[in-house]
Amino acid sequence: MKSVIAEHLVKTYRNGEVKALDDLSLDVEEGTVLGVLGPNGAGKTTTVRILATLLKPDSGIATVAGIDVAKHPDKVRELIGLSGQYAAVDETLTGWDNLVMFGRLYHLGKLTSIKRADELLERFSLTDSARRPIKTYSGGMRRRLDLAASLIVQPKVLFLDEPTTGLDPRGRQEMWGVIQELVKGGVTLLLTTQYLEEADQLADEIAVIDHGKVIARGTSDALKKQVGGERLEITVENTDITKTQEIVSRISTSAIHTDVRTISAPVSTGSIALMEALRALDEAKIHPLDIALKRPSLDDVFLSLTGHVAEEEVIAQPVKKKRGGKK
Amino acid sequence: MKHVISDVMTITKRQLLQLARIPELLVFSTIQPVMFVLLFRFVFGGSIETGQPGGYVQLLMPGIFVQTVAFTLAATAVGLAEDMKKGLIDRFRSLPISRGAVVIGRTFGDALLNILVLTVMAAAGYAVGWRPTSGGLSIFAAFLFLFMFGYALSWIGIYVGLAVKEARTVQSVGFLVTFPLTFLSNAFAPTTGMPKALQYFAEWNPVSTMVAACRQLFGLKNEFGATASSWPSQHPLETSLLYMFLLMAIFIPLSIRKYKNTSN
Repeated sequence: MKSVIAEHLVKTYRNGEVKALDDLSLDVEEGTVLGVLGPNGAGKTTTVRILATLLKPDSGIATVAGIDVAKHPDKVRELIGLSGQYAAVDETLTGWDNLVMFGRLYHLGKLTSIKRADELLERFSLTDSARRPIKTYSGGMRRRLDLAASLIVQPKVLFLDEPTTGLDPRGRQEMWGVIQELVKGGVTLLLTTQYLEEADQLADEIAVIDHGKVIARGTSDALKKQVGGERLEITVENTDITKTQEIVSRISTSAIHTDVRTISAPVSTGSIALMEALRALDEAKIHPLDIALKRPSLDDVFLSLTGHVAEEEVIAQPVKKKRGGKK
Repeated sequence: MKHVISDVMTITKRQLLQLARIPELLVFSTIQPVMFVLLFRFVFGGSIETGQPGGYVQLLMPGIFVQTVAFTLAATAVGLAEDMKKGLIDRFRSLPISRGAVVIGRTFGDALLNILVLTVMAAAGYAVGWRPTSGGLSIFAAFLFLFMFGYALSWIGIYVGLAVKEARTVQSVGFLVTFPLTFLSNAFAPTTGMPKALQYFAEWNPVSTMVAACRQLFGLKNEFGATASSWPSQHPLETSLLYMFLLMAIFIPLSIRKYKNTSN
């Protein structure tokens, strides 16, 4: 069963000048995680805001757990949890104050709210800071508390809008751990992110969006294959370039590319290819300045996907949309 | 629907908790009005001839009371704009809580703070020689008027906060509204010295009618500030009540609608 369905969503701002969503459709299977991947301004937040009843689409239909979000927002609000890009909590209050307050707003009894707050603080390793104002929390702690606030009543569907944007690597790791725990518990999750790695870590399926529409969809592996998989990148002295190109061509699965002193070659065997290259270079007495196995980044996925889509867009969309928009 | 009261109380409680967690907030929201009492009492008090027994401070206190509750408009607006900016309003709107509870709760919280501020100011006024001469019931009625006026204005604050969104702009807008209103009035000096056009404005200004109403209820003769025989200066109590009713009738539905449809 599909827990979340969005069909042909359109949303424009400033009287149609800025098209945030342009016929966007997606769905999330119950108990799975969909990662919505895209750059800033692609329409990720708008999508989440519509699904979470905060914004009405110009046209299109969205349902959560089978309920139309535009027609019965109150019913949907009882079933969802939402955690945004910022920590949407009262920063002057303590973590405990906030969770008890949200518990009361979910209409839990006073004692139940307190019990639930204590449980969640424990679960997100915030018990020690429970009585401190949120202002004193680190970025990672704030996000965890924000997430805890969206889990007060076990939501049927959870929306996380860029849960790790702006966090340092450690905060990001912690947040991933927390989300992975949630996913194990079987929650249906729609997560937006700018980072392929994050979608990779957390999502069962990924929808890549740009200019307000879904431009690709599939598992992380499928998307990466579409982009071309891993690349070997070797930087050498000028004198070694020709020789290195020869060696790398033997290992590479397709055409290699040279940019100044860096040779980039698609490979299919990962670290085995890296070892092969190292051995061959060593035998040829070439000492690379730098050598690395690069996985496709969001930039790579994007470049390959949007490069393809842009041509279609010109035909289908005579009015060129601008990201960020002007007056 | 059955949760309306508990939702409103939770939101109001949040504001009181804020005061408990940052006591400085409380100190600063009471220091400013007390400072005004002292400044006006000792800077202008000596130079303004009043013809009222008890001197300038008797006339000043109602003016400062009204000014202070009028300033809460800005405080309400700024508080709300900050909640909007931080995404807290989005979160509230994603919860299954009753419509309007968030803004109603905030007006209650600001009203409770006003009670405290008025109490502190009354004490400061007493300390510098303010002595209302009417009976206890009238004095109580005056404070009830002030309280209600502050409450009515906080609904404008809600609307401004939701409409303007940026806290710093909201602050400026708030002062842009409240400063002319409080000074183009009979609050600190007689309106008779103003140009004719401003006198008309000052007579109909709700701040003037409120000040005149309070002066009357505190037992002063209604002469300082009544510049003409216009209806509002003759009937300050009725006019003030009418203004409060009108403000709430307009801004409560407007603000609640704005809250429901708001989005960043």
